[in-house]
Amino acid sequence: MPPYNPGAALRDSAQESVPQPDFSEVVVALPGVVVPYAPMAPAPRARRGVGRRILSVGARNPLVLVGVAILAFMSIIGLLAPLLFPGDPLAIVGEPFLWPGADGAHPLGTDSLGRDLLAGIAHGASISLRVGIAATAIGLLIGVSIGAIAGYFGGWTDAVLSRLIEIFQTLPNFVMLVVVVAIAQPSIVTLSVAIAIVTWPGVARLARAEFRTIRERDFVMAARSLGFGPARIILSEILPSALPPIIVTASMMVASAILMESALSFMGLGDPNVVSWGSMIGSGREYLRTAWYMCALPGFAIMLTVLALNLIGDALNEILNPRNNEGPR
Amino acid sequence: MSALSRTARIATKTGLHAVPTALGIVMLSFVLLQFAPGDAVDVLAGEAGSATAEGMAEMRARFGLDRPVIEQLWTYLSNLAHGNLGWSPRYNMPVSQLIWERVPDSLILAGSALVLALVIGIALGAVMAAYEGRAVDRIFSVLSLVFYSVPGFWIGLMLIVLFSIKLGWLPSGGAETIGSSATGLAALLDKLRYMVLPVISLALLYVAVYSRLTRVSMIEAKAQDFVRTARAKGLSEGRILLRHVLRNALIPVTTVAGMHVGGMLGGSVVIETIYGWPGLGRLAYEAVMGRDFGVLLGILLFSSLLVIFANALVDIVHGLLDPRVGGRDAAV
Repeated sequence: MPPYNPGAALRDSAQESVPQPDFSEVVVALPGVVVPYAPMAPAPRARRGVGRRILSVGARNPLVLVGVAILAFMSIIGLLAPLLFPGDPLAIVGEPFLWPGADGAHPLGTDSLGRDLLAGIAHGASISLRVGIAATAIGLLIGVSIGAIAGYFGGWTDAVLSRLIEIFQTLPNFVMLVVVVAIAQPSIVTLSVAIAIVTWPGVARLARAEFRTIRERDFVMAARSLGFGPARIILSEILPSALPPIIVTASMMVASAILMESALSFMGLGDPNVVSWGSMIGSGREYLRTAWYMCALPGFAIMLTVLALNLIGDALNEILNPRNNEGPR
Repeated sequence: MSALSRTARIATKTGLHAVPTALGIVMLSFVLLQFAPGDAVDVLAGEAGSATAEGMAEMRARFGLDRPVIEQLWTYLSNLAHGNLGWSPRYNMPVSQLIWERVPDSLILAGSALVLALVIGIALGAVMAAYEGRAVDRIFSVLSLVFYSVPGFWIGLMLIVLFSIKLGWLPSGGAETIGSSATGLAALLDKLRYMVLPVISLALLYVAVYSRLTRVSMIEAKAQDFVRTARAKGLSEGRILLRHVLRNALIPVTTVAGMHVGGMLGGSVVIETIYGWPGLGRLAYEAVMGRDFGVLLGILLFSSLLVIFANALVDIVHGLLDPRVGGRDAAV
């Protein structure tokens, strides 16, 4: 198997012989910055099955289990929020400025208007995860399609699409995000689309590099000589082999989409009809001096969720990275 | 192959590259912005609260906003060819002047954050790689993952709570003491006090990225043949790590850092908002909100040219780090 090495795509013409690390390229974190993601170094070199590797990664790196637990907890809270905290989380339910622990009825306190923070965080979990997953799905669809076409066909198609990817990557992402949200009315759907519009180039680049490598392999040649059309070769021959690094990227994309959504909501550009972690921090900002818990608590929820996703992404990288299957190089 | 001719060739390539990218950005932005509801005149009229239909039509005519899109695009491009970025109806001054006023503060913030992130990130990554698999490595790895997961605006607010509100050590916003007549060293120290928190907030994410990248690259490089050779030559372990392994690992790190330059300018919108820092990110945000698209286009162009310039710089640095890069280019 050729080493999974999207890093080479960065500067492929200049330095093929220079040792490149494997950093799966992802658009992550600070709202709108394209950040190639450096995963943990691949550890096991022995040839083992995926099942065995899942177990060994779990055993060697128990933090992954913490990540899975946090993500499961947030998902359940988000899903059950309408049952656990019925009613509008934006409704005023008690005395304002209650500190966490001051009143048993509102364990995490209330905000400046007397809205329950715990209910807000629970409902916010659902919004964050929904936007994160939807934005990633759309971003993957656009990015993988464009990357696959560019990588598979090469030539002029590749030149034009690569330039398009480059232009999108050159534009400052958060500014683009603000532009798109300003054009469309903010809602969960438009936020997801906007985030996808700025995150697809990273995936496209990764997919392009994968497709370029895999299309030269024997089984693709064989498929071509059997008379399979490009669509069939791309979808059923190459895509399955290109998936592992894309899956790793996807978990990091959910994390970065959550960060972007929270930053947009913090700036007041989120969906005004729902409560989100970012908007909670935004509305608490005015009272930072006296009631900083209003900002601290939702931010902590963001950090935990994103950390969980990144821990899982690291583990996925160890499990799925095909390079781990190779013998010592 | 002299370093000079290599640099000259990179400069030519960069120049040729900048033109189509700039064109692409202008056209893409023009198309996108046509979908935005309202224009600068609408926003101005809304803010003034006392605009007549005739007055608004007259303003649109004055700024050319009533012309067809293609004509506006053509006017913009021909102005651009003459180095003219247009006039901002909102601020009532030339766009280029508006941008130049913000450039120093923006570059200071992004540049300091980038340098800080590179220094700390590479140092952390080198330590992690040197102690691979041991406790130090594990602790720093988790720490960098936490840095990687913290929203920048939230850590910014929390730093304000701790250092400005609770401890009172540092100012919570602004770029310098207003009305201060300090000069020289005192002015510099004053500026530094205002920079500490925004720079840390902006740099944290990049510290995580660079430390992880350095770690992975160094561990990869350690397995290479030339390291075995160096060890066989009897070089000390520390010298091997610094001169051979780290030097190689710097190539991917600088590549990535070059890509971050534009993101740092645009990505600092939120940080600039929190700290009231008068930079380009904030100006871009205000331009979108005020539908002052000439200003927005100017900033997008400026930051993308900066990215292209940074990439060229990275190319030159690579030639210095790895002699093979230069040799290969010479053969092409």
